[in-house]
Amino acid sequence: MKKKLYSEAIYRLLIIVIAVFSALFVGAILLLIAKANPLTAYYVMFTEPLSGKFGLTEILVRAAPLMLVGLGIAISFRSGILNIGGEGQILIGAVFGAFIALTFPDLPPYILLPLVFIASFIGGAIWGGIAGWMKAYLSVNEILSTIMLNYIAFQVYMFLIRGPMIDPKEVAYGTGVPQTALLSKNAWLVRIIPASRLHAGIIIAVVLAILVYIFLWKTTIGYKLRAAGAEAKAAKYIGVNVKNYLVLAMLLSGGFAGMAGAIEVCGVHHRALESISAGYGFSGIVVALFGGLHPLGIIPASAVFGLLIVGADMMQRSVTVPASIILAIQGLIILAIVSSQIFFSNIGLKEKIMIKLKLMKSGDKDDT
Amino acid sequence: MSEIISKLEMKKITKKFPGVLACNNIDIYLKSGEILALLGENGAGKTTLMNVLFGLYQPEHGEIFINDKKVIINSPRTAFSYGIGMVHQHFMLVPNLTVLENVALGLTSKNIFKLDLNKVRKRIEEVSKEYGLSVNPDAYIWQLSVGEQQRVELIKVLCLGANLLILDEPTAALTPQETDELIVLLKQMAEKGRSVIFISHKLNEVKAVSNRVCVLRNGSLVYEGKTRKHSVATLAEKMAGREISMPALNEKSQANSPILEIKNVFAKGNMGTMALDGLSLTVSKGEIVGIAGVSGNGQKELADVINGISHIQSGKILLNSKNITNLSPQHIINKGMGYIPEDRMHEGTIPSFSVKENIIMKDYNKTPLSKKMFLQDKIIEKYSQKLISNFDIKCPDNKTSCASLSGGNVQKVILARELSRKPKMLIAAYPIRGLDLGAAEYVHEQLLEARSENIGILLISEELDELLDICDRIAVIYEGKILDILDRDIATKTKLGLLMAGIKNEKKAI
Repeated sequence: MKKKLYSEAIYRLLIIVIAVFSALFVGAILLLIAKANPLTAYYVMFTEPLSGKFGLTEILVRAAPLMLVGLGIAISFRSGILNIGGEGQILIGAVFGAFIALTFPDLPPYILLPLVFIASFIGGAIWGGIAGWMKAYLSVNEILSTIMLNYIAFQVYMFLIRGPMIDPKEVAYGTGVPQTALLSKNAWLVRIIPASRLHAGIIIAVVLAILVYIFLWKTTIGYKLRAAGAEAKAAKYIGVNVKNYLVLAMLLSGGFAGMAGAIEVCGVHHRALESISAGYGFSGIVVALFGGLHPLGIIPASAVFGLLIVGADMMQRSVTVPASIILAIQGLIILAIVSSQIFFSNIGLKEKIMIKLKLMKSGDKDDT
Repeated sequence: MSEIISKLEMKKITKKFPGVLACNNIDIYLKSGEILALLGENGAGKTTLMNVLFGLYQPEHGEIFINDKKVIINSPRTAFSYGIGMVHQHFMLVPNLTVLENVALGLTSKNIFKLDLNKVRKRIEEVSKEYGLSVNPDAYIWQLSVGEQQRVELIKVLCLGANLLILDEPTAALTPQETDELIVLLKQMAEKGRSVIFISHKLNEVKAVSNRVCVLRNGSLVYEGKTRKHSVATLAEKMAGREISMPALNEKSQANSPILEIKNVFAKGNMGTMALDGLSLTVSKGEIVGIAGVSGNGQKELADVINGISHIQSGKILLNSKNITNLSPQHIINKGMGYIPEDRMHEGTIPSFSVKENIIMKDYNKTPLSKKMFLQDKIIEKYSQKLISNFDIKCPDNKTSCASLSGGNVQKVILARELSRKPKMLIAAYPIRGLDLGAAEYVHEQLLEARSENIGILLISEELDELLDICDRIAVIYEGKILDILDRDIATKTKLGLLMAGIKNEKKAI
């Protein structure tokens, strides 16, 4: 049994490594076209972030919002609904949170911070819930509705931080940068490592991941959610109100994305500003899939994606290649990893490869 | 067209799947004009063996000879070129194309830019004339009944010039009349020198149609011989490897108080028409009442409205004298209703969930399985282990997903769950459909045991043998109404058959 687990782990590692290498190979061609040395570029991308305090802390700073969005996505996917609206839910969550923090600047942190997070959760939940309700009761395709809601959220968000909620200083100086005023220190998440941007958000995210795991697999509500997602007909047969659980799934999913907004506001920028999300709403989907739609898989998955983002940033600076190539390489790696899932899900294929690699004897039973 | 296959041999065929030896060193042969029945329980390797012959799978070992020449069949296309055609259990037709277009799909044309539908039409006419297979070439597939669709499949295969036909459980979805027609047709084809391999586990049909039988069990050939030497019972024995006796009811039920009362119920079906049209029926404690009828006469709707899955327009449904009309499924379950649904793979179980999770599907929110919303893993673990051993569910462990279990074992999971809850009333819809004899025997034993525990049972089925075996009374449903109810001692197949066709009084009908 132990030996089997061991060879299984080697197999998984091997597949992922091969997938990443093939993506990097294609990326290398792009780098060559951009007249950069792929070897140095990749060396920087994968070693620099891991070789110092700055890189390591930055990876975790990126991982925190990714983890929260990924958790929300996992809840919705497990409940049979595809939430592509993380981006909009983050923005609404961020602006709700910022509003509370700006309205009650003098509350002590242990009251204000929870309030901000609750507000962000509610904001994101409303935005996700709209799509959920439309899916359940009006049969509107959730992919369409969540994407459209992204556009609406962005415009609403920009209107608020450019108009009613704009920093009075921006108006006074006439610069007009669309961002809210700086939050009072009571709404700042503690920096857990001095002289870095790493804040307590990562701890919140990990705790929430464990809670989501317990919620989905150890509670009756989680059981019903997963049943409704896995087989709606059977869920109905056992008396689950499938429509209501769809809406609940989207409320939770949006809420988690909303809290990712709060983490960026309270932990990183200390205000709501234009580029608050950095695409976390979309990368979060990949994090969730990469993590096997399982909260405990999403924790490491978000760190891996944090590394990709930070590494790409550093590579851009040290090898001076255009930022768009970095995005392309990130995309390639994601595609390769997601495609490589077939080597895990197709048991026949997996067995053949494992026998070829002598990780397994032919005739061994594989019941994973 | 390819030459007549006067002799086909498959020698020492071995095919492995991860963890399973699907075919183990199997030898079979077939001569022209012969109908060979391939018998075996679910998972015995019948379909796999035929997929090897049809080029869908490559065997690990073994060779195929046609007319004493060794051939390698590596795709259905090659199989066709040798004159081998296969009709699959699930039809391979495009629903929104016409019959003509579906047949044309399989024919290869030399010019890829030109589709000569007139030539295809001629070919269809030739074939349908030769065998008396009437079909409208311009009908869309979705407009056709299951029996007609099967005819299209046959025509398709014949148009492609098949001399050897493989039919994988061809009668699974057919009505008894359609089955009889098919048997006549197959015999006709054999007379004309074609050969047929007939896969089935319905022994009556095998007996009626085949010259020779090959019995597979767990991937190995265990018997080969002439059909006429055997009775249905001995064939069943060879198939299961043990004696099978379908349990039958032999004592009268005690006159008992009613448990389920359905009073003048009207309900709409999926199409918006009245699927239940003033239906009334009573089931007593410790009684099995059968519902016979051609499918589509309101059986599905009846089961759904009793369980609260869909609502009724008017009427009343009482369980144990309490009104359960239009309550939610959850309420009805809590009041002691059990339900074995027709669709055991997608309604009765959640395929991606583990056996353990499927076993607690109706009780996950009750103590001791959960406390204050938290599932109690240890208790659930013990409970599921107990049910798995009590009901002899064959699975590697309780974390295996239901999707990987055989139909019989999935049905056992459902039975275990429904019966262990000690329901007052149980609705069983087609509980043995598609199951092999051994599994069917088990299901019936369990239903009879439930009956002896004073549970009322409503058994919906199309198979008259099943109903006559274990029901106290048999009600015939026709166009949403109960046409008549017969006691077991006066019910016969003929009487039920007439009622199923909507003829209530024999004298009046004549």
